[in-house]
Amino acid sequence: MQKKRLVMIGNGMAGCRTLEELLKIAPGMYDITVFGAEPHPNYNRILLSPVLAGEMTVQDIILNDWDWYRDNDITLHAGKKVVKIDRTARRVIAEDGTAAEYDRLLLATGSNPFILPVSGKDLPGVIAYRDIADTDAMIEAAATHRHAVVIGAGLLGLEAANGLALRGMQVTVVHLAAWIMERQLDRPSADMLQASLEKKGLAFLLEKQTESLIAGADGRVAAVRFKSGETLPADLVVMAAGIRPNTTLAESAGLYCNRGLVVNDTMQTYDPKIYAVGECVSHRGIAYGLVAPLFEQAKVCANHLAHYGIGTYKGSVTSTKLKVTGIDVFSAGNFTGGPGCDDIVLHDPSGGVYKRLVIEGERLVGACLYGDTADGAWYFQLIKDGQNIHAVRDHLMFGQNHLGDVGHKGQTQAAAMPDSAEVCGCNGVCKGTIVKAIKEKGLFSLDDVRKHTKASSSCGSCTGLVEQILASCIGGAYTPASSTSKPMCGCTDMNHGDVRTAIRERHYIDIPTVMRELQWKTPNGCASCRPALNYYLISTWPHEAKDDAQSRYINERAHANIQKDGTYSVVPRMWGGLTTPGELRAIADAAEKYQVPTVKVTGGQRIDLLGVKKDDLPAMWADLSKAGMVSGHAYGKSLRTVKTCVGAEHCRFGTQLSMGLGVKLEKMLFGMYSPHKVKLAVSGCPRNCAEAGIKDVGVIGVESGYEIYVAGNGGIKTEVAQFFCKVASDEEVMEFSGAFIQLYREEGWYLERTVHYIDRVGLDYVKGKVVEDAENRRALFERLLFALQDYRDPWLERAEADAKSELGREFRTLAVREAMKA
Amino acid sequence: MNTATTEWTPVCALEDIPRLGARVVSAASGDIAIFRTGDDRIFAVHDKCPHKGGPLSQGIVAGNTVTCPLHNWKIQLDSGEAVAPDVGCARSFEVKVDNGQVLLRT
Repeated sequence: MQKKRLVMIGNGMAGCRTLEELLKIAPGMYDITVFGAEPHPNYNRILLSPVLAGEMTVQDIILNDWDWYRDNDITLHAGKKVVKIDRTARRVIAEDGTAAEYDRLLLATGSNPFILPVSGKDLPGVIAYRDIADTDAMIEAAATHRHAVVIGAGLLGLEAANGLALRGMQVTVVHLAAWIMERQLDRPSADMLQASLEKKGLAFLLEKQTESLIAGADGRVAAVRFKSGETLPADLVVMAAGIRPNTTLAESAGLYCNRGLVVNDTMQTYDPKIYAVGECVSHRGIAYGLVAPLFEQAKVCANHLAHYGIGTYKGSVTSTKLKVTGIDVFSAGNFTGGPGCDDIVLHDPSGGVYKRLVIEGERLVGACLYGDTADGAWYFQLIKDGQNIHAVRDHLMFGQNHLGDVGHKGQTQAAAMPDSAEVCGCNGVCKGTIVKAIKEKGLFSLDDVRKHTKASSSCGSCTGLVEQILASCIGGAYTPASSTSKPMCGCTDMNHGDVRTAIRERHYIDIPTVMRELQWKTPNGCASCRPALNYYLISTWPHEAKDDAQSRYINERAHANIQKDGTYSVVPRMWGGLTTPGELRAIADAAEKYQVPTVKVTGGQRIDLLGVKKDDLPAMWADLSKAGMVSGHAYGKSLRTVKTCVGAEHCRFGTQLSMGLGVKLEKMLFGMYSPHKVKLAVSGCPRNCAEAGIKDVGVIGVESGYEIYVAGNGGIKTEVAQFFCKVASDEEVMEFSGAFIQLYREEGWYLERTVHYIDRVGLDYVKGKVVEDAENRRALFERLLFALQDYRDPWLERAEADAKSELGREFRTLAVREAMKA
Repeated sequence: MNTATTEWTPVCALEDIPRLGARVVSAASGDIAIFRTGDDRIFAVHDKCPHKGGPLSQGIVAGNTVTCPLHNWKIQLDSGEAVAPDVGCARSFEVKVDNGQVLLRT
């Protein structure tokens, strides 16, 4: 069958992003032809201002170079403007006669600058600020002329003015409204911005209406005349009074336009074979001129071009950031307020800081920041997510740093950090490396930064910082992913919650079915979604779903912990941290027999044998089994240890038998897999020697019974466990903590610790399900016991398995054949 | 030392390698990982990640890539090349299936 033909008109950011998204999900589906009016490959239009300011070169801002088109078999007609669309013959024709036929047409014609309809607008020296040619013209004028007038004090006008001033021109910015950037800033912040731009050498004339442009003796523009009668010398006039969707071509083809080419939520125009994205489009009455919404449109459009038929574009909340080096301005949402809104304002004129937050009900709806924009990304996220801010309202103004203990997430403000400062401690990535990657590789999202620099890709505690750096580098182009609806991974658009629900409601019991029914985009998923799916299946349908060894991370497949040199570590279980001379003797013997280089006592009250060769594991386990020892699951997203103190058995302060209860809990939970690792502790008195305050479930004995604490964590970011309930007996501890863990097992997202699960759903919710609802608690507890029944020690199973069997062959290196040495 | 033999050496049966999994062959030049994809294609790559030497055979196989268990680099099984933006290459070897037997040429 012949491939379908896709023709794209407009070779800019929105169009090319759509192609990139399309190539990602449906490579090879279309023969693609692109027409671009400019003689350049796709470049980052938002970075024209740094080019004008001399901070970057044109080469720096290329997003897709010529090779990209060639590598993806895209026919590119650069410098050819399409002048006609013949919708009946499904053909487009360019100025020079080049024609192409299409099955699907994508219009991404962008926008045109609005040129004031005044006399003299066509004089030499009068230009708009839109593309590389305009930028070149400005750079050239700056070298030979003196007086520049920029008409329009919006984002683009100010960036143009700043660039021209940096190139040595005397620049006056003329504006119709009473203050600059009136669409993005309120009056106080605009006044502060104006003052600092004046210090940089710009002059401003506000509330001035241009009447005409006057030519000089050489025919070039020489002055601007205002309605008020004054004139101003000008050798260069830059029109930056806004943009208009470029719909000339669409209109000539009879497509319905109304202040933009009208599209529906799937980015389709009134002609079903024609789609449109970008600044030329009018969606629900709005034409967007910022890049972030265009990328969202691109994703939806690609999805429909690829016949996936899911995903709709529902409009965007936008944010603005001015790219003038040394000046920080940020605004988002409704920052002017109105009836029913509260403003929180911080205004420090001499300190150069202004912040205004607009709150409607319990939600942040707008923000306008000047001078200190470090929290812009955070405010934007709160606005987009529509998150309830009641609990943080008192501290909102002071930023994310002031929300109590946030670990090293917000320790430093990204913009103020030196390039040499380390951002990601796991992978040793400093700020300079991240900034360089963002600029050179044209990165727009957190995922891109993770892929290219590895920053924030391990423990994730620096994610907030990386997002701040991204926002400070690319400004308005940065769209923080909505934290609640983030897809599981690149293989699917569904989030963890949706996938869990589908598995439960539709009773899926194997990975291929899940991937087929939920329309996974990759044939076998990836190393991040497969282990998650496997966990969701076996935890939702115990004894029914098949545990897929190849979807387990190696540690859980080999039942030992892989080390940096490819050897493994072996940790036998010591129930409640108790052991015997016989067990210790067997461990010592095994350590000698298999030449274990390192023997270490762990934090979980047991012994780690490090540096074991994989081939030796089954034999070593067989030896340990003979002494009655089983796997400690020190390698799994599973029950790890139940740490105990000596307790009333021996301790003179002990009130409860903590060792005995610890052993009972550990035996009850043996072999339990969970979204992430689970650690417990039992202390015999409030002195809490077992450190129960930083465990997923911590039990503290008191005279009258036990206090149960949940969701503590001693890891990346120390979290103190929260009080859950108080109970009287060992049996109740087992039921309440078992039910809590089962709830987490059923509802937690893969790799989410109990503390993050509770952050997400709320402690009250969990108490409601476990403490307050006895019937539900018993049902949860029963489901836990059912899931764990008949669990066999994985070490013994593998020690006994035949070397050729599925379980046994994992550990066998294939023999060297003599023939191979020949 | 001989750089290449023309001889194909039998290493195991196709069925001895789990689908979406790997086995390790210990060879004179170092361990070689033999992978079997979801659609039963077979690839052989030096069992050492170009990043920090992790054993690729222990990684998760998906499509025609394997993810190294140490730091999640993705390696393409056909070429041994790391998936961009990472850069590096593990040596790949010729391998084929004949009559259910996996044959390797080093």
